[in-house]
Amino acid sequence: MSSREDILGRVRVGLNRSATNAAAGRAEMAAALSNRSHGPKPAIDSNPQALLARFRIKSEQQSSTVDIVAQDSDVPVAVERYLTAMKLPKAAVAWPSLAPLDWVGAGLKVEGRGARDADLVGITGCFCAVAETGTLMLCSSPDTPAAVSLLPETHIAIVSASRILAYMEDAWTLARKELGVLPRAVNFISGPSRTGDIEQTIVLGAHGPYRVHLVIVES
Amino acid sequence: MEIKSMHFKANASATLANVVLQGNLKNAKGKFVTKRAEAIKDLDDFEGTRDAATAIRNKVIDNLDLWLECFERKALDTGAKVFWAKDGAEVCRLVTEIARSHGVTKVTKSKSMLSEEAGLNQALEAAGIQPVETDLGEYILQVDNNEPPSHIIAPAVHKSLDDVADLFHKVHGTPRKTEIPALTREAREVLRGHFLSAEMGLSGGNFLVAETGSVALVTNEGNGRMVTTMPHVHVVITGIEKVIPTLEDLSTLMRILPRSATGQSISNYFSILTGVKKPEEHDGPEHLYFILVDSGRADVVGTDFHAMLRCIRCGACMNHCPVYQTIGGHAYGWVYPGPMGSVLTPLYAGMENSIDLPHAATLCNQCGIVCPVSIPLPDLLRKLREKQTERGLRPLTERIGLRVWAWVAQRPKLYALGASLGVRYLKWLAGDTDRIRLLPTAPEWSLGRDFPAPQGKTFRELYAARQTRKGATT
Ligand code: SF4
Repeated sequence: MSSREDILGRVRVGLNRSATNAAAGRAEMAAALSNRSHGPKPAIDSNPQALLARFRIKSEQQSSTVDIVAQDSDVPVAVERYLTAMKLPKAAVAWPSLAPLDWVGAGLKVEGRGARDADLVGITGCFCAVAETGTLMLCSSPDTPAAVSLLPETHIAIVSASRILAYMEDAWTLARKELGVLPRAVNFISGPSRTGDIEQTIVLGAHGPYRVHLVIVES
Repeated sequence: MEIKSMHFKANASATLANVVLQGNLKNAKGKFVTKRAEAIKDLDDFEGTRDAATAIRNKVIDNLDLWLECFERKALDTGAKVFWAKDGAEVCRLVTEIARSHGVTKVTKSKSMLSEEAGLNQALEAAGIQPVETDLGEYILQVDNNEPPSHIIAPAVHKSLDDVADLFHKVHGTPRKTEIPALTREAREVLRGHFLSAEMGLSGGNFLVAETGSVALVTNEGNGRMVTTMPHVHVVITGIEKVIPTLEDLSTLMRILPRSATGQSISNYFSILTGVKKPEEHDGPEHLYFILVDSGRADVVGTDFHAMLRCIRCGACMNHCPVYQTIGGHAYGWVYPGPMGSVLTPLYAGMENSIDLPHAATLCNQCGIVCPVSIPLPDLLRKLREKQTERGLRPLTERIGLRVWAWVAQRPKLYALGASLGVRYLKWLAGDTDRIRLLPTAPEWSLGRDFPAPQGKTFRELYAARQTRKGATT
């Protein structure tokens, strides 16, 4: 007997599996998959201004820094401002989807491609953001490679204010609507990478970025 | 991992006598507890969320065969391969075969307790494949002669800053650093090379999502993302009980898991991984394997211990356990320490190998109160004690003692006589104090604590007096 059959067989014995209770079990399973019931959620004001405010506070609590600009075309200048203030190099890897922005005009050398070990700054967008916890949702694709938010020491993420949702559940609904199937990697990111493994003292910058900077675009 | 739970008493005594370790444990104590208490406050309805999480887990384990088939179907649809392993040996064989078939020489690993259960690192090394632990805590233990973890969330919690500073100085051959950020940076630099050169990444899985055939990983360091993004092969090893129905259920469980584990409202990274990389993508594995592991779980289904399968491995029960806080994780002698370990070890590694574990609890129910999926841990520990007695696994002296007690207890007059003699003896031992420092009948027990001296009359004397009074008034 294969291990699969052996294991499932013993599970079935434990559950007293019969034709009748299997039918009932299947019905329950189908109901769970189609109802997609939600658990209790903390109350959140869903007015866009309130969502933005909450997202900002929660992001800062996770040790991210936040800048707000009026429109997409302001992003490169805002990124340059941050890099200058932090004394970071003016060169970055970015999602290919962001290559069309006028980076050169802002004095930056930005390449749209997958990330390499030597990249010090990574610029990404996000699929949406979650106000409840101050979290970014990044979906991988050829245009939005996952490692850009992981390998560089500095991660800069561009967030459209209109895509700040209240809960993670809302993000799933949006993903089903816009993407149909889940991409290979969905990464929820809440601030810089960290560890507490030595004496439970939190240190930022474990294996991923040391700093996460959010540029929120209002319009 | 080799089981050492039969030496529980000796190991626990050694920990109690180890001054350095007691200092480290004392330092750690309380931090998790305070953070969790803070973190659950901002859920408006913690109890409701806990009930919902419990219901989600029950839904799956009560129809586990069906959910497993559902997950398997979905995972296959995404292009992943699914294997099943009966025990640790089969896990080791499968992982080694997968590694060989892809010509793998190095495997980077993010934390997997199942890999510890199976002793996978040793098996890989024996096959000439280098395993590299990348969770900082696990890495510290691996370079310290493969020391076993002492906590499921913070594996190196028993080590102090000084311990790590000495260790890194020794194994990396670098100047000794004394700051935690510098030590963390040193590990980052060493491990970065491994992340980029390993051909295979191996991870556990916090949850398997049936709806999408995905694995969900909860991490803070980013090492989980590294091992599932950089190498071209990704192997997931999880217990068969880890399935949950939908992405919405994942969101509910995420409200409660990081809060219970580390006191965070959400972990830094939460990754939901589905299928393999498309040819035009820049990163991600081209091959994804799931190994669904039994190792004792299937035989727990439908038994008195069924509820234990709800466990989401948050570690809250050990963080809140007064016994764990005093003796640390190693004394438990296997992969899982604390109350959950005292239930799981006898079930997965054999009751006869872990006789003392179900007794390593005061049954104070701190664990039961904090468990985010409402597992009645003290009840399960009590049931294990019953099973030990049923199977005649308790020591001879205890069995004889209980038999004598039962015989006496069925003879009320004799019992009353025994009780009043016993009480007098204890009072005499206590002298004019209210404590007994040394019990001659159980000297070991009273080494670490005092026995309270009986006060006033026995229950039977009081009861008899009350009955007489009642009789007098009617
Ligand atoms: S038994 Fe409960 S508290 Fe303990 S690790 Fe499992 S889920 Fe967490």
